[in-house]
Amino acid sequence: MAREMMCITCPIGCRLTVEVDASGSIRVTGNGCARGVVYAEAEMRSPKRVVTFSVRAAASSRAAGSTMVPCKTKEAFPKERIPELIEELRKLRTELPIKTGDPLLRDALGTGIDVVATMSVD
Amino acid sequence: MTELSFDAAVVGGGAAGMSAALAVSAAGFSCAIVERDERLGGVLGQCIHNGFGLIEFKEELTGPEFAERFAQRIAGSGVKVLSGATVLSLDATATPKVLVCASPGLGMARIRARAVILAMGCRERNRGNVRIPGDRPAGVFTAGLAQRLVNMDGYLPGKEAVIIGSGDIGLIMARRLSWSGCAVKSVVEILPYPSGLPRNVAQCLDDFGIPLRLSCATTRILGDGRVSGVEIAPLDNGAPDMSRAERIDCDTVLLSVGLVPENELSRQAGIELNPMTGGALVDARLMTCAEGVFACGNALHVHDLVDYAAEEARRAGSFAAAWLSGERAAPGPRIKAGANVRYVAPSRAEPGRRNLIYFRPLVLRPEAVLELRLEGELVSSVKKKHVRPAEMMSVSVDPAGWGARALSGESVLEIAIP
Amino acid sequence: MREYDVAVIGAGVCGANVAHRLSAYRLKTVILEKEADVSFGTSKANSGIIHGGFHHPIATLKARLELAGALMFDRLRRELDFPYRRCGIVVAAFNDEEMKGIERLYAQGKENGVMGLEACSRERILELEPKLHYDVVGGMYAPTGGIVEPYRFVFALIESALRNGVELRTGFGLARAERSGDAWTLYPESGEGVRARFAVNAAGLFADEVSRAFGAEDFDIAGRKGEYYLLDRMTRARPKRVVFPVPTRISKGMLVIPTVENTVLIGPTATEAESKRDLSTDQASLDTILDSARRMVPSVSANDVISSFAGLRPVLEHWRGDPGRAPLKDDFYIDLSAEVPALVQVAGIQSPGLTASPAIGEMVKDLLKRAGLELTERADHDGRVEPHRRMREASFEEADALIADDPRFGNVVCRCEKVSEAEIVEAVRLGHTTLDGVKFFTRAQMGRCQGGFCAYRIIKIIMRETGLPWEAVTKRGPGSAALGGEL
Repeated sequence: MAREMMCITCPIGCRLTVEVDASGSIRVTGNGCARGVVYAEAEMRSPKRVVTFSVRAAASSRAAGSTMVPCKTKEAFPKERIPELIEELRKLRTELPIKTGDPLLRDALGTGIDVVATMSVD
Repeated sequence: MTELSFDAAVVGGGAAGMSAALAVSAAGFSCAIVERDERLGGVLGQCIHNGFGLIEFKEELTGPEFAERFAQRIAGSGVKVLSGATVLSLDATATPKVLVCASPGLGMARIRARAVILAMGCRERNRGNVRIPGDRPAGVFTAGLAQRLVNMDGYLPGKEAVIIGSGDIGLIMARRLSWSGCAVKSVVEILPYPSGLPRNVAQCLDDFGIPLRLSCATTRILGDGRVSGVEIAPLDNGAPDMSRAERIDCDTVLLSVGLVPENELSRQAGIELNPMTGGALVDARLMTCAEGVFACGNALHVHDLVDYAAEEARRAGSFAAAWLSGERAAPGPRIKAGANVRYVAPSRAEPGRRNLIYFRPLVLRPEAVLELRLEGELVSSVKKKHVRPAEMMSVSVDPAGWGARALSGESVLEIAIP
Repeated sequence: MREYDVAVIGAGVCGANVAHRLSAYRLKTVILEKEADVSFGTSKANSGIIHGGFHHPIATLKARLELAGALMFDRLRRELDFPYRRCGIVVAAFNDEEMKGIERLYAQGKENGVMGLEACSRERILELEPKLHYDVVGGMYAPTGGIVEPYRFVFALIESALRNGVELRTGFGLARAERSGDAWTLYPESGEGVRARFAVNAAGLFADEVSRAFGAEDFDIAGRKGEYYLLDRMTRARPKRVVFPVPTRISKGMLVIPTVENTVLIGPTATEAESKRDLSTDQASLDTILDSARRMVPSVSANDVISSFAGLRPVLEHWRGDPGRAPLKDDFYIDLSAEVPALVQVAGIQSPGLTASPAIGEMVKDLLKRAGLELTERADHDGRVEPHRRMREASFEEADALIADDPRFGNVVCRCEKVSEAEIVEAVRLGHTTLDGVKFFTRAQMGRCQGGFCAYRIIKIIMRETGLPWEAVTKRGPGSAALGGEL
């Protein structure tokens, strides 16, 4: 069984062909570098994505327009659980000031992955 | 009026402006950045997705992180930052040159600078530019405006969106809206291929099952008070086939139909622009037709990656510093876009060094060969693994060994994909 | 219920002129406007021209009011703050047949008493307007013609009227009018009504419905659509004067108009609208506009287009009242109602309505007097509107003083049109609380980026200044929400 996929690791966007043989081992072709193989293997077993979002600051004033703090998952997050994560992030209110890299949500959904701020906001 | 004086002034404090200013400052010249916003970073602040910095920092960063790293370098340099200041005019003929800007803190300020670097970035093409007829309801946004509203202000543009055009900002917004409770019903692209990067098609559309309708024109935007839908029709021989037109219901339209370098200031200053890019025409040292005025980043031509914009701006800053030291470019061939090349930037090469020339192909082709012809004669050919219109590419040009013709300043070097 | 002497229904250019004129007298006047802001109908989307007085025969009411109205603009400009310039009009002919049309126009203009009208040779017309296509064979020049920003004219008239005691109610769509005692009671679709002894129907496209609500004359108003393209101020196609083709029987044709704010408008088309709310543009019409404009001014380029829009001219048709009182075909209908008391009808005000509007205000005042309204001049009347301070019109020194006075002048919100935060705050405080209202008052969002950079900033300023929640910020009133939700 062969599957075509686009490698999203870098902007080049290699078109990968991934073949899985009867034993379950994976063969990747079309990759420009080793990261393509890593991506393809993850994509076949448990696809993950880095999630970037923005979280409302607790002190935001509705009339003046709110202050949002951009954030990201510190590493790629299990794709099928992203909707749950988004729900958490939409509910979250963060205190200010905050520095880039500060955790907004530790061990998100028990995955061991932190969500961290990507901007310093006073 | 406030009076200020520097060796160099940079207009715009985005990635390009910061990068250029750092290079000027590193060469020992005094330098100021004039930035409209309160914060440095320009549009990077609203580009909260990742994919930045792979070249510049060898790691994947989000837009705000990329901006912050540069802003920290600026803070540690001698560069003066004038924030909240909008440049209203540039006199490029005066010596020194004069920028006038308005700011709540300084009032009107007159900045005298021997060299000026234009790094104003770009703006989005809008509905009027692409001439989509129909009604004029609320709910039509450029993708970047929607990005700003969602990421920085926490507002959603609507509940059901159609995205017109498949530029990267539109693709990124498709994912952002899908994650944020606004359904994206379709991305409609008039060209036969997507305008954005392939990986953005994969991770922003395919991941969410959003259909990408290629070779499809948007023939009307519909709605009385607020958008109620769009009418699209597939192209048949370049014209919309109205017999196959269909309506997609939605309350929001996002336009991701290209970017144009922001050059109102350059035009006002009488700087000659390249009609193909909308940016200034620059020589091998990224200097415009006005002596001592340089251009870089998205104000020069629209880059795919901020890393390239920062790299180009760093060179612009170094060239400006060299110019301040009295160095002048040696005459070299004019560079022209040939077959299947939309544009080249810069428009001149200089002998005696390697010139990095950016270009954008007009064709999608694997295993392409790039031909460089000086006065019609093939002087170099470069193999490229692929060329595609969605991707800006570069080629290194060194006129050494091309004979006296390459040194005249009258000769023409054509870059083509035959 | 509040009581007034006069209720003016409609805050377009006619209603605004009527209210402005009445504000000089000791009267209680109210303007009732169905939309969220003034000038949101026909008056916001038209050619913005002070016509030359040669297009219509003097037998028509519109020609007489056009001639009288055109003469009143210079005085109004001295009192009010609105962009206006008497730049002149050229009519360009491209063949012998069109030259015959020029002769007819010239003769009509002379008969109408237009001053300064000049028949032009090819050389003369090219000298007057060098942007014309070299195929031009001759034409006519009307130096009295000019250009005006129509919505800004309305804003200024309304501002002057409000300063002199006139009241304005927006969002008041007339549902019902009842006569009791010696006054009308006017009810909106929802909310409290008003009582007024006299009423003026200046409801533009909806004058037919308003007339029926009063039980007055029965006629229809149809929308005749005019589509336009707006060109960037950087265009090379900007003429010095308004360029007209030789008119046909149906229309004055498509024009190339240099606006007072230095952009260029090309159009309009003339097609029947599907409904009175149909402001859609159409690809074929827009292509026609470009072709027609290029025929006269070849440097017009599609690359310079920053926006397209459409406006509707209110055309009176299907007069079902007394045939003896029927207005001439395609003419204005301005008269006391013959069916009901104390109602002045101002209907069918298509081109040259903007030019005629100051004279319409005068005529309506006279009609009200004839109907029994007593007019006593107010001793304390001061119609002047101080010029609004605008960054783009200020010299650097003046701009410096503006910022010293209010630092918000230094915050340039709309970079294309150089509009500062202070100007947007002023617009909002004067009641222009929609995105379009701010746009028409300040020009923010009207430039080449069409709000791409500044719309979010304007939304936030509107929220801050009015205290409105995000749900209530609209493009142009109810049903046109600017935003769709919160994250």
